Amino acid sequence: MSEPILELRGINKSFGPVHVLHDVDFTVRAGEVTALVGDNGAGKSTLVKCIAGIYPTDSGEVLFNGEQTHIHGPKEASNLGIEVVYQDLALCDNLDIVQNMFLGRERGRAGLLDESDMEQAARKTLTSLSVRTVKSVRTPVASLSGGQRQTVAIAKAVLWDSKVVLLDEPTAALGVAQTRQVLDLVRRLAEQGLGVVLISHNMNDVFEVADRIATLYLGRMAAELPTKDVTHSQVVELITAGRSGDLGIARPENAVV
Amino acid sequence: MTDTPTGTTTGEKAADKSGGGTAQAAISDFGIDTTSRSTGEALRDYVARVRGGELGSLPALLGLVVLLVVFSSLSDNFLTLGNIANLLAQGAGKTVIAMGLVFVLLLGEIDLSAGTASGVAASVMALHLVKSGNLLGGMGSTVFYLFCGIIALAIVLAAWMRLWIGVALSAVALLIALIGLPANPWTEMLLALCVGTAIGCVTGFLVAKVRIPSFVVTLALFLAWGGVILQFIGQGGTLGLRDDTLFKVANGNLNTAASWGLFVIAAGGYAAVVLSRHFTRLRKGLVAQPTAMVAAKVAVVVVLSAVVTYLLTLNRSHSDLVKISGVPYVVPIVLVLLVIGTFVLDRTRYGRHIYAVGGNQEAARRAGIDVPKIRMSVFVICSSVAALGAIIYSSKVGSVDPNAGGGNTLLYAVGAAVIGGTSLFGGKGRVSNAVIGGAVLATIDNGLGLLKQPAAVVFVITGLVLLLAASVDALSRRRAAVASR
Repeated sequence: MSEPILELRGINKSFGPVHVLHDVDFTVRAGEVTALVGDNGAGKSTLVKCIAGIYPTDSGEVLFNGEQTHIHGPKEASNLGIEVVYQDLALCDNLDIVQNMFLGRERGRAGLLDESDMEQAARKTLTSLSVRTVKSVRTPVASLSGGQRQTVAIAKAVLWDSKVVLLDEPTAALGVAQTRQVLDLVRRLAEQGLGVVLISHNMNDVFEVADRIATLYLGRMAAELPTKDVTHSQVVELITAGRSGDLGIARPENAVV
Repeated sequence: MTDTPTGTTTGEKAADKSGGGTAQAAISDFGIDTTSRSTGEALRDYVARVRGGELGSLPALLGLVVLLVVFSSLSDNFLTLGNIANLLAQGAGKTVIAMGLVFVLLLGEIDLSAGTASGVAASVMALHLVKSGNLLGGMGSTVFYLFCGIIALAIVLAAWMRLWIGVALSAVALLIALIGLPANPWTEMLLALCVGTAIGCVTGFLVAKVRIPSFVVTLALFLAWGGVILQFIGQGGTLGLRDDTLFKVANGNLNTAASWGLFVIAAGGYAAVVLSRHFTRLRKGLVAQPTAMVAAKVAVVVVLSAVVTYLLTLNRSHSDLVKISGVPYVVPIVLVLLVIGTFVLDRTRYGRHIYAVGGNQEAARRAGIDVPKIRMSVFVICSSVAALGAIIYSSKVGSVDPNAGGGNTLLYAVGAAVIGGTSLFGGKGRVSNAVIGGAVLATIDNGLGLLKQPAAVVFVITGLVLLLAASVDALSRRRAAVASR
């Protein structure tokens, strides 16, 4: 088991009277895929947004590479090497792959663009991820399929020497073959030593690529276990009821003791 | 030069099948890049793109050829040297306004006030010339202080948005107005440009920061500026531009040597830039067009511009007493603006951000782009460039009247941009579109005039052409959406 690269301890977050996250502990390890599962409203997205610096946390501590840090905004998160790929991808259809990958962080001097540098860097990243499904890095995003767009969005996140990549439902809108491509890509990210967090509702995907599964139940971390130690039905029970046998949040009667 | 990468395919082959029918033409199964394609392949790619709805300027270029053929067969005067030179000068003003409008259209916005805003710039320019720099006397004190107040407001608004170029140019306008510099054609032209900038700051702020839809803001300002022009010039009045330099902007010609000098600089520069860029890309192993195609494109441009330069250096005067020859000044003016505009859009970070905001505002915002500033800046560019257009069209007629920039000026400019292939939905378009579209509209105007058609027919036909161009835009957009699924 590798060292944790990102560690959250006792995170609490409320929106007014609604307590969304209760003392959540969450660990992301370099070179592993950690799946974050939970029912709708369990707090997955809120947790991701706290990590990304979009929401400030109320209490709790964040350790990055073993050192305590505070993430106050999206800029600080990306400076640490944390990148989020949101569900709606945020790509510009009228721009090509290179232009999208460097959007907002174009390379060049004095306002001028260094196209060759960017094109080479983009191609290097795509090659390192063994992306072979796009013919040219100068293809406009408008003519890419859903899976290819997802690939570009993920590659965009990887381009910046990121250490941790959070993927929000990357396979939700994809067909079977395209899901396959994206899952392969997720696996390769981990093999390259990145810490990958995969949010998904699809248990098949989760069991296929994840090394560890973290289950949120009503804002509490019900269990964070290696994939090989749990079964499909146990995870479903954890998601729906917060516990499964000895796993998960203790029964109230036991907790009182 | 490698051709199609050979398919050492694994699972991806099956994977890409789901990519769907039309997309298959654009995306093959394997290989991240093919570096350089064969000419045939590149042509096939181009055809596939056109069929997929990426028409660009193709319809406008074809339309231009058809129009040239039709008009030259119907009218003996159309293809005369004098008329061609005249056509260039006639179309230049509105074409320049269209070039500025492209920036606004790229964001999917519209600036209906560009025409009358240019008229304001023209009338201030004329007033400054006629009253020998005494704007206070020319406008009357109330109007003058209001005018200065609006420019001061523009400076404040631009400073608020940290748009320093807007601040600087608006400040120049205020200075020229307050100091009362003596009449000088160059001062007047600078004043017109700066007044345009100030107007753009106000429009842009209302759209970008107050967030009123641009259609409403600019429709309101279209009316308001029309009133301002009337106030400056006076009901039924006309301000004559009796100045040699101002007259020559649209009516003067380069001499023969300078014409050929322009050809060498423009065509040679184009060839040098395109070829050096092409070979740099090849050397670095980047995506590049086939060398044969690039060379052919350069050759066509060089030969065409050589022919045009030669024809324009011939004597085109009808009488034997005077000799008229040389490339009209408007050609280098339009070329310089074209080069600057293309450079800004293609090569600078700012231009990239304009396309990004036009393509997906939310994505641009998340990428850290200052979207309101970009939105404001395009209106500043549009009005400033429109003021330059105003200098040209005022120079052409030699005077400024209360209708300056009104009437069909704006619709011609929007039409030129759209006919040339700029999308009304944003994100797609180039400055060269405005030039090609402007040439189409100028040809229609000129040709129908020579055929002695009444204004009614000219308006109807121009309107229909604009409608046709907008339909092509909408349909090709739908087609592109289908192709990407």
